[in-house]
Amino acid sequence: MEVLERIKEIIAEQTGKDIAEITPETSVMEDLEADSLDLFQIINDIEDEFDVKIENTDEIKTVADVVKIVEENQQ
Amino acid sequence: MYENICEMLGIEYPIIQGAMAWIATPELVAAVSNAGGLGVLATGHLNGEGCREAIHKLKEMTDRPYAVNIMLLSAYAEEIAKVLYEEKVPVITTGAGSTITHLKAFQEMGAKVIPVIPSVAIAKRFEKDGVNAVIAEGMESGGHVGKTTTMALVPQVVDAVNIPVVAAGGIADGRGMAAATMLGASGFQLGTRFLVAKECTVHPNFKQRILKAKDIDTTITGLSTGHPVRVIRNKMARAYEALERQNAPAEKLEELGTGALRKAVHDGDMENGSVMSGQIAGLVTKEQTAKEIIEELYSEYTNIMKNAIKVMR
Repeated sequence: MEVLERIKEIIAEQTGKDIAEITPETSVMEDLEADSLDLFQIINDIEDEFDVKIENTDEIKTVADVVKIVEENQQ
Repeated sequence: MYENICEMLGIEYPIIQGAMAWIATPELVAAVSNAGGLGVLATGHLNGEGCREAIHKLKEMTDRPYAVNIMLLSAYAEEIAKVLYEEKVPVITTGAGSTITHLKAFQEMGAKVIPVIPSVAIAKRFEKDGVNAVIAEGMESGGHVGKTTTMALVPQVVDAVNIPVVAAGGIADGRGMAAATMLGASGFQLGTRFLVAKECTVHPNFKQRILKAKDIDTTITGLSTGHPVRVIRNKMARAYEALERQNAPAEKLEELGTGALRKAVHDGDMENGSVMSGQIAGLVTKEQTAKEIIEELYSEYTNIMKNAIKVMR
């Protein structure tokens, strides 16, 4: 499965939103009303899923930011 | 699961005094450390130089191990981190933030680094980074809080990580310590009980307010801002709650909150100040020295632990 699709699933599960609502431009904390606890749960789940370590979490704003970090880490 | 936190930190009792901005000043920290616990200096209200002065004052008052808490989201976090490194602070606790930028440097300097955490995911994250232990803080605590209670959080964190877990939130006597032990905690952090210590320099009105507090007297404000804080439900907290109900803009809320903690701690304004307190305040009924508090806590704790088998049902 494409990285973006799996990340969207993980985010949708934690925030209780429909996958259809989530696009690369979606802001995780603002558009999806996630708090910092949700954000770190999402990061934790993504790290486990893709076996990567996500640093600089302060830089994460949108779904696309997460995808970019995962893809860079996987190379 | 259980680790000797006393050995790790060079202290006599597994009792840590929680960092409370404006409140955990060198006087209280030194008293706790001199009594064999771990005093923790708060820096949430200080800049780098203020922090250095406080550490110098503290070092004149105690030669026992102590900790300094760094609020990672503070505007002064970077300069404070530099001071902690230069002053060779033996134990560093962290709050409000998920990345300890200078973790390796702190540890190479000889410090033990122990973040306060509100969830399993954040505990695991810090464990991967290599911290020495975590303080799992339930939402019974005063000040900045997460969403999970100590009773639920501690055992889940204990199961998720392989480093020592200190329990915090809702602990004010030997019973709380014994309960946290059963949940898998290796040590205990208490804030509200130490706030009323004789050596604590907080305004006497603040101490009196804690001493007369009942179980239902605190509330959480700031949920709408993403920075929830547990306080005594006074005029200020009620006004804040009203604004939140009206979906007031963040600036309005900030306006009400700015300087409110100082107003309570420094000026003793129990109506318009932010009187941060844990839910356990109702159990805190007497002002004692830090030494009396620690010895009483530990004696209650050991008695309960020794007799636990007798009350097993």
